[in-house]
Order: sequence, then C-alpha cells, then structure tokens
Amino acid sequence: MNDHATVTAEGAQPSAPVAAITSRRRNRQRLETLRAIVLGAGFPILLILIWDRAVAMTGTRLIPSPYQVAVMMYDFSFGGIYDDAFSGTILIHVWKSVQRVYGGFFLAALVGIPLGLLIGRIKLLRQLLDPTISLLRPIPVTAWLPLSMIFFGLGPNAAIFLVFLGAFYPILLNTIFGVRSIDPRLFEAASMLGCAGTRMFRQIVLPASLPAIFNGLRVAHGFAWILIVVGEMTGVPTGLGSVVMDGRTLSRTDLVITGMIVIGACGFVTDRIIVAISNRLLSWSPQHLE
Amino acid sequence: MSNALHPETLTVRGVTKRFAVGDDEVEALAPVDLTIPQGEFVCLIGASGCGKSTLLRIIAGFEEPSTGEALIDGKTITGPGSDRGMVFQDYALFPWMTVRENISFGPRQRQLLRGEIEKITDEFVRMVGLTPFADRYPSQLSGGMKQRVAIARVLANNANILLMDEPFGALDALTREQLQHELLQIWTRTGVTTIFVTHSVEEAVLLADRVLVMSAGPGRIDSDFRIELTRPRDVSSPEFNALRRAIARRLTSHIAPSKA
Ligand SMILES: Nc1ncnc2c1ncn2[C@@H]1O[C@H](COP(=O)(O)OP(=O)(O)OP(=O)(O)O)[C@@H](O)[C@H]1O
Ligand SMILES: [Mg+2]
Repeated sequence: MNDHATVTAEGAQPSAPVAAITSRRRNRQRLETLRAIVLGAGFPILLILIWDRAVAMTGTRLIPSPYQVAVMMYDFSFGGIYDDAFSGTILIHVWKSVQRVYGGFFLAALVGIPLGLLIGRIKLLRQLLDPTISLLRPIPVTAWLPLSMIFFGLGPNAAIFLVFLGAFYPILLNTIFGVRSIDPRLFEAASMLGCAGTRMFRQIVLPASLPAIFNGLRVAHGFAWILIVVGEMTGVPTGLGSVVMDGRTLSRTDLVITGMIVIGACGFVTDRIIVAISNRLLSWSPQHLE
Repeated sequence: MSNALHPETLTVRGVTKRFAVGDDEVEALAPVDLTIPQGEFVCLIGASGCGKSTLLRIIAGFEEPSTGEALIDGKTITGPGSDRGMVFQDYALFPWMTVRENISFGPRQRQLLRGEIEKITDEFVRMVGLTPFADRYPSQLSGGMKQRVAIARVLANNANILLMDEPFGALDALTREQLQHELLQIWTRTGVTTIFVTHSVEEAVLLADRVLVMSAGPGRIDSDFRIELTRPRDVSSPEFNALRRAIARRLTSHIAPSKA
C-alpha cells in the first residue's frame, strides 16, 4: 500500500486531482494531531488552574501553590534559588532511579519471558509451577519490604529487588497467556514445514506471543516506576523516591510534589518509547497499532 | 518435482479413528482403505462430520490412527513431514511474516544457501501471482491472496502431496473459480499428488481425476468415481452433468436415512 504513496510523491508529475486529495488528507491528519494535543494537554492545565484557585481560596499553608512548585522545580533542575542539598540535582536522582527501575525491569523481563514461554508450552512445567505462582502473586510487593532488607541490606539492591518483583508477574502471566492463546494450527503448519524443537520456540512461539508479551512489558513498566518510591524508601540517599521521602521528612511539600511530577514525567516518556518500539515490532498485527 | 523412478504412492490401510469425548468415544473413521498413485488429483466429498478432515489430518501426520496405518511408498507415516503439505481452510499463515517470509519458511528450515532460498521463494511468489504483494503481511491481504500464499508455502517446501481441506470454501464465487483454474495449472506443472476436500459436487467433478464419496456413521469411503473428462472441462456439457448427478445421488442417499 506504500507503493502508491511513494509513486505519487516521487513520480515525475503527479496529476493535479491526486495531489489535491493527498494534501487534503494530510491537512486532515494534521488537524487531528493538533486536536489530540490540545485535548491531551488541556486537561492537566485545567487541573493546575483548579489547584491554584483551591489553594488561594482556602489559604492553606500545607499545600504549596503551582507557582511555588514551579520555582522548586526550577531550583531542582538548575539551582540558583534555594541553594540547598537538592538544588540542581535532578539529573543525579533521575539517573539513579532509572538505573534501579530498569535494573529491576530488565531482570524481570529476562526471567519472566523465557519462563513464561516454557510454562506456556510445557505441561509438566505448568503443573509444577502454576500453584506456586498463584500463591505468591497476591502478596503485595510492599509486604516483601522487610524480607528484602534482610536479603539485600539497606541499599539499591533492595530497591531493584522490589521493582523486579512488581514487574515480574505481569510479564510472566502475559507471556503464558500469549503462548496459550496461539492458534494450534500455526504449530501444525510449522511442523509440516520442517520446524521442530528449539527452533519452534524462536520462530513460532516467541513471535506469535509477542503482542501479549508487550502488553505485559507495558504494564510491568508502569509498575516499575510506581514501585521505585517504595524501593527507594529502603534507605538509599539518592533517587526520585528518596527525594519524595526526604521532602516528607523535612515537611517540604513543594519538594514532594516536584518529585512526584518528575516520576510521572519519566514514566510517561519511557512508556511512549515502549509503545513506539512495540508498534515497530508489531506492525504486522492489525489490533496492536495505536 | 515428481520422481519418475520412485512413484510415491500413498496407501491407507485399515485406518480407523476414535476420539475420546468426555467419558464417551466417537468413532470418526471405520476401517478406510485407499491407494492414491503419485500425481493423482483426488477429491473427497461427503456429509459434514463424516471424517474427511480426520482422514486428511491422519495423512498429514497431525493425528495418529487408532488402528491401521497410512504409508508413503511403503513407509509408515509417524508425524508431520515436509513431503506432505496441508492447506487449511482458514489459511494458518504466520501473521508476523510477510508473504515472502511465509513462502520461504520451509526452505529456511532446510537451511539451504541464501541465494537458493531466494530463488525458490521468487519462483513460487511469481507462480501464485503475488509479486506485487510480496512484502505485505497476511492481515493486509484478501482471502484469495492468503489462500495463494498458503498453497505456495507448501509447494515451495517441495511437498509431493498437497492436502487441501475445503481450501476455497470461504471465498466468493469469482475468486474461487480463478483459484480452481490456477490450482489446476500448478498441479499440471508440478505433478503434485492432491487430495482436495470439498462440499461442492461441481467443484469435485471440475477438478478431480477421481472423486471419493464418503459416508458417515462411522466415516468410510462409499464410492469411487473416475472422472475421465478431458481438461479444461465444460461445466455445461451433458457428460459433466451426468457425472455430477450420479455423484450427488450417491451423496444424498446417505444423508437422508442417517438423519431420519
Ligand atoms: N478432536 C476431536 N475430538 C473429538 N471428536 C472429534 C475431533 N475431531 C473430529 N471429531 C469428530 O469426528 C467426526 C469427524 O469429524 P471431521 O472433522 O473429520 O468431519 P468432516 O467430514 O471434516 O466434517 P466437515 O465437512 O464439517 O468439515 C465428527 O463426528 C467429529 O465430531
Ligand atoms: Mg472438515
């Protein structure tokens, strides 16, 4: 279908009506994008306005105004206003948190995807592990906090472990589900074409369950950013979670909210990256494109 | 592709099939005996549920017979193999592979040289007329195109026996006619043994060297019609219609009493 587009775009002389239709379609697309941006950004702006009015009308001193948070955000990013321990430190904290989030996340993917493929495909393994998984899964990640501190001590490893736990189950379960819902005819077709054994895993099982795996990765990735605050409560000096906890201890709510916003922004941007990657890898799947 | 020195005869000997359904057993096939010489075009026709798909799947190696055996050239079939290719009614293409990748799947499994794989793939993409669509995914194709890919995928794998389970059932009349025509051309060119399941008597008489009528309860081969008409066949000729009526009569004679 791309052939037509390139022919008219690069061909010697696209006829006038065709060019008009293409340009009209492009205009409509541009308008659609603009609308999405206005609507998507408009709502948070509205919330900020409400926040600002509410703080002004109640005269509370417990919640800072959006302006105060903006000043804090500036100081956190570039320094030069308060010149305290948090001034201009945003990159250090983001970098530390990113390391922990992705340490835990990739570890979870590294274990969860192969294990899920095997459990989905091999009945014996399913019978062996399914009850254990069902038993461990409902335990909230926060309940592991004391144990993880015993295992890993105070420090980043405990945070990575918690993120791992939170990201592991969505990846594992979605992978198992993906494998279980592969059309059995695809296996028949592959085996009649001479595919067998481990090649079946790489060539059929993995790509066929990729849409479900990506769903799992996306959910897990969200959890990973959620859990970073919990993970960094375990007594690490840096990281966005620790910034939020420090803000609480120091009763600096502007710092707390600044930390929250940065976490949200990191999660948002990285989620877009995951969506872009999955759209690229799953361009064959008509249901998947967003 | 056909091997003159070793005509690969397909033999089905005393094959029965029972399925366990809950605590019950369904007898899908009574002993079936059948011999199909290399290169023959056979159509299987019969009421719904009489075991056509089951017989085809046993020959493909997807199901094991409860008793008896299916053999190719005297060797018992024990599982799926690249000498036999199934074309499914719902295509069963790999949705994450392009047309070209689907067709080259078999040759890639055999780990041929890359140049050789490309040559084979090009040849079969062209044979089914999909060169302009070679880089599309199955979800971007029409039903008729998908079925062409399914056929090419099996042929590119050097299959000697083409098993087709109602391959054109889901297509509109025009596409169906065109694909019947193309299939006959491919069959003539490659000499591939073809077993073709259909519900249409007309389609069977149009395509086959031989039409096998199956009857249900449990499934067995009821009658064996040889179609001696020269190709291309004229659907409106009296000989064609005489055969069509004879087969249709055989077919309905089983459906009526068994449903009473
Ligand atoms: N996997 C299975 N488990 C249980 N019973 C089965 C199974 N496959 C087929 N059967 C039964 O075996 C019989 C033959 O089925 P089969 O699919 O071979 O019929 P068919 O001739 O292909 O029918 P149709 O024309 O509707 O496709 C039917 O009674 C069916 O219910
Ligand atoms: Mg059937």
